[in-house]
Amino acid sequence: MKAVILAVGVALSLASVTPDPAQSPGVVDTALEAATARVASQLRCPVCQGLSIQDSPTELAREMKDVVRDQLAAGRTPEEVKAYFVSKYGEWILLEPQPHGFNLAVYLLPIAALLGGGGVVAVAVRRWTRQGGSATDESAEEI
Amino acid sequence: MIQTIGSSSIAVALALTLYGVVAAVVGVRRRRPELLRSAEAVAYTNFGLLSLATLAMVYALVTHDFSVSYVAQVGSRSTPLFITIISLWSALEGSILFWGWVLAAYTAAAVYLNRERHGSLVPYALTILLGVGAFFYLLLVGPANPFGTRWPVPADGPGPNPLLQNHILMAVHPPLLYLGYVGMTVPFAFAIGALLSGRLDDTWIRTTRRWTVAAWTFLTLAIVAGMWWSYEVLGWGGYWAWDPVENASFMPWLTATAFLHSVMVQERRGMLKVWNLSLIIATFLLTILGTFLTRSGIVSSVHAFTAGSIGYYFLAFIAAILVFSLVVLAGRSQELRSAGNLDGVASRETVFLLNNLLLSAFTFTVLLGTLYPLVAEALRGVKVSVGAPFYNRMTLPLCVALLFLMGVGPALPWRSASRETLRRQLLPPLAAAVLVAVASVAFGVRQVYAVLAFAFGAFALVANLREYGTGVRARMRAHAEGPLTALRHLVAANPRRYGGYVAHIGVIAMAIGIAASSTFRMERDATLRSGETVEVPGGRFALRFDELWALDEPQRFVVGAYMTVLREGREIGRLDPRLNFYRGNDQPIATPAVRTRPDLDIYVNLMAFERDGSSATFRILTEPLVFWIWLGGGIIGLGAAIALWPGRRRRAALMTDPAIPAGKGGER
Amino acid sequence: MNWKRSLVAVLVVIPIVALFGYGLTRNPREIPSPLPGRPAPDFALMPMDAPSSGEEGVSAPSLPVRLSDHRGEVVVLNFWASWCIPCRDEHPALVAAAERYQPKGVIFYGVLYNDSPDAARRWLAEMGGQPYPTLLDPGSRTAIDYGLYGVPETFFIDREGKVVYKHIGPVTEAILTTRIEEILVGSPRGDA
Repeated sequence: MKAVILAVGVALSLASVTPDPAQSPGVVDTALEAATARVASQLRCPVCQGLSIQDSPTELAREMKDVVRDQLAAGRTPEEVKAYFVSKYGEWILLEPQPHGFNLAVYLLPIAALLGGGGVVAVAVRRWTRQGGSATDESAEEI
Repeated sequence: MIQTIGSSSIAVALALTLYGVVAAVVGVRRRRPELLRSAEAVAYTNFGLLSLATLAMVYALVTHDFSVSYVAQVGSRSTPLFITIISLWSALEGSILFWGWVLAAYTAAAVYLNRERHGSLVPYALTILLGVGAFFYLLLVGPANPFGTRWPVPADGPGPNPLLQNHILMAVHPPLLYLGYVGMTVPFAFAIGALLSGRLDDTWIRTTRRWTVAAWTFLTLAIVAGMWWSYEVLGWGGYWAWDPVENASFMPWLTATAFLHSVMVQERRGMLKVWNLSLIIATFLLTILGTFLTRSGIVSSVHAFTAGSIGYYFLAFIAAILVFSLVVLAGRSQELRSAGNLDGVASRETVFLLNNLLLSAFTFTVLLGTLYPLVAEALRGVKVSVGAPFYNRMTLPLCVALLFLMGVGPALPWRSASRETLRRQLLPPLAAAVLVAVASVAFGVRQVYAVLAFAFGAFALVANLREYGTGVRARMRAHAEGPLTALRHLVAANPRRYGGYVAHIGVIAMAIGIAASSTFRMERDATLRSGETVEVPGGRFALRFDELWALDEPQRFVVGAYMTVLREGREIGRLDPRLNFYRGNDQPIATPAVRTRPDLDIYVNLMAFERDGSSATFRILTEPLVFWIWLGGGIIGLGAAIALWPGRRRRAALMTDPAIPAGKGGER
Repeated sequence: MNWKRSLVAVLVVIPIVALFGYGLTRNPREIPSPLPGRPAPDFALMPMDAPSSGEEGVSAPSLPVRLSDHRGEVVVLNFWASWCIPCRDEHPALVAAAERYQPKGVIFYGVLYNDSPDAARRWLAEMGGQPYPTLLDPGSRTAIDYGLYGVPETFFIDREGKVVYKHIGPVTEAILTTRIEEILVGSPRGDA
């Protein structure tokens, strides 16, 4: 039981960790490539259905990725690069809603639901084990 | 002519269905069995009528009868025969017709298998089934009529969507999906039937258990087939994009999975009745929601069929079902209350509760993410995107926790576990987990979720396999059987449990495949001249671009690249990525070439080429363990098939006999 | 019948249905652009060819063509490609608008998007030519600067260099006329 709680706790505490996107070796500057891939994974391809410009094989996506790479190489921060694209395409170009204001709801509500549900389960389990008894409940039923 | 056959069949079916709904209700309330018989007859007749309409449509498609509106929409003389047949479900109207047919088939089967049984439960369930059928028949005579007349008759048609013509899996994914989606109507109907009739015990569950497992299986296979199709066709090397319609198929799967587990708690402890009813209602609603999302045009998606007024029909239907279900459920909720009790916190029951908690949170998160762009537009007036980064961030913890629970559940006994039992059951899997975690890190894996996925996958795998091990050993000792015989008898005695463990193993295989292929995916773009070789990322292989070729087919113009796969200079295979230019489409559709092996997939996409064939641009991806995703899907199907096998009827015995002691090996 | 609970059920359903109903009135493919109302991004692009004959009173532009050189003038910027089917539909409208408004000092430019100059020239020859130059945009830097996500898209830029309107999809003569007149009337030059 403790293992379960521990595992769930560990898993939840890692909620801020995002997995790394694709690497691309064989190209000269792997640090730049990795940074480009990270930013590109967060930008939506305008001509695809929900793909990032990192994943999309379309020409526009590759060109946008080149823009990302050039801007990063010129010293801009990832935030600045994303802000550039937002200024051109609107918030829609970001694959994740920016966690400000109303958008916070989409991040907080699931966590609230999980914690709330967890509370309900914990209370229920406690109540039900206190009542104890090993009889199955066909007889205890009200129909 | 075809139009007449088709539309009149459906119109008659609609009329009969409306009669049948009334007849079934009146028949059960006023105890008029002849009305009930007539309602059952309606179910059988509908199947005949819908089959007739469907056959008529297939005939029209195959004979290129462009006077039929649906054929004019998706038919084409230059489309191969096989594609023509499966274009039955390639566009809106045909897909609704197909849905109507599958629903009629299920309704007839449900009636036939349960005729003269269960008192008032079946007639009420029939009412619901017929009512849902009426909705779809209404669509078919109204906004989604495939049998309209096109005048003047066009000489040829545009053919189905090119994306649907490229791969065999397109023949498989939609039918499987519909069998799964529509299949969920049956347990829903029986659940409502239970609420309406007052048969609030387990009858509705026992009657529909196999239906639910079967529908769940179809849904699982459909989702995996869709992932595989996406991987092989869409050209980006991925298999899941959290597209709204992918989510729409995934959400009912999540709630159905939760149901399959929590139903066992109801069977053993008589608890969670309201919860289980809610889960099935939610599952059905989510299937309708999925259909609504695909066909209404409210979300932009790979799958979206054309929009139109049909969205309003679906919206009205969803609203009606929601209100009706909630009212009926609320009406009976007092009677459904049961004094829940558990023997111990460390028990399989608790694990199932946690499983349901996580799956529900998962469903909620996916639902919120899918609908949030709409909410944001409604309340903030801004268009936002919710894509893969969001879903990965929010659901990966849940996935990993569920993977862990998949090992804990089988390891723990029902009722309660002593410290001794816990130690004995959980220590070996935990040891495996730690070992794998250490090994992963030692091999250079740095991504946290990958390590957790491998470690918990190992944990769950060992736990599930040990269940087989202890079971077989116990039987060998008790009955002096050899291992294989013992295994056979073990599974035959309790197919539900052991089939379930196999399904778990399938999920573990998929999880490991997904974790490995997304974490260790490597990619490079290369422009090659004819004869040039490029190293495949990872260093083990190389690809040589040999030459460009072109082929003129009736419905498309294909440009392909012959490539040779090399390992240490030796030729070991060929790859053949292509670009398909369909007539009337300005953008080509790529067919990537994939070399699938259990350890590694090499994936090549042809992105651009010089007209003279001198050079071409490719995207080359390597993804390890992708094969295990598809294999895992197959294993889940196998496990479900085992679970559906008729076992000895122990369930009834278990439920009425309170004297079964806790914790004994064979009893679990 | 538990009326209270039934009422709760109905109340729960209403916002959900309202949300979906609202969704049915929206078009998820229409993405509003942040550009209208803001300064048009400058560019420096080479024309595909020397300007074709048929222009009156327009002196040869200095190269590369810069948007900033046209401050004080009304500019219509049309992104297109030879593989784009709707671009065929709008071409006559653009030609007619150019012939009508170029004498009044409105500047027209086409910008080629993800296409080869050869294919573009072939297309133009097939379509009967074009009285304004097409600019080349290698790497689509300008297209991205303008937040393009498909062709055709047409931008209407006023004398202060501000994007007044972005049209997505093929333009018609009516749209061109309305929008250009709007700008001309709003900010007349002395000899308009």
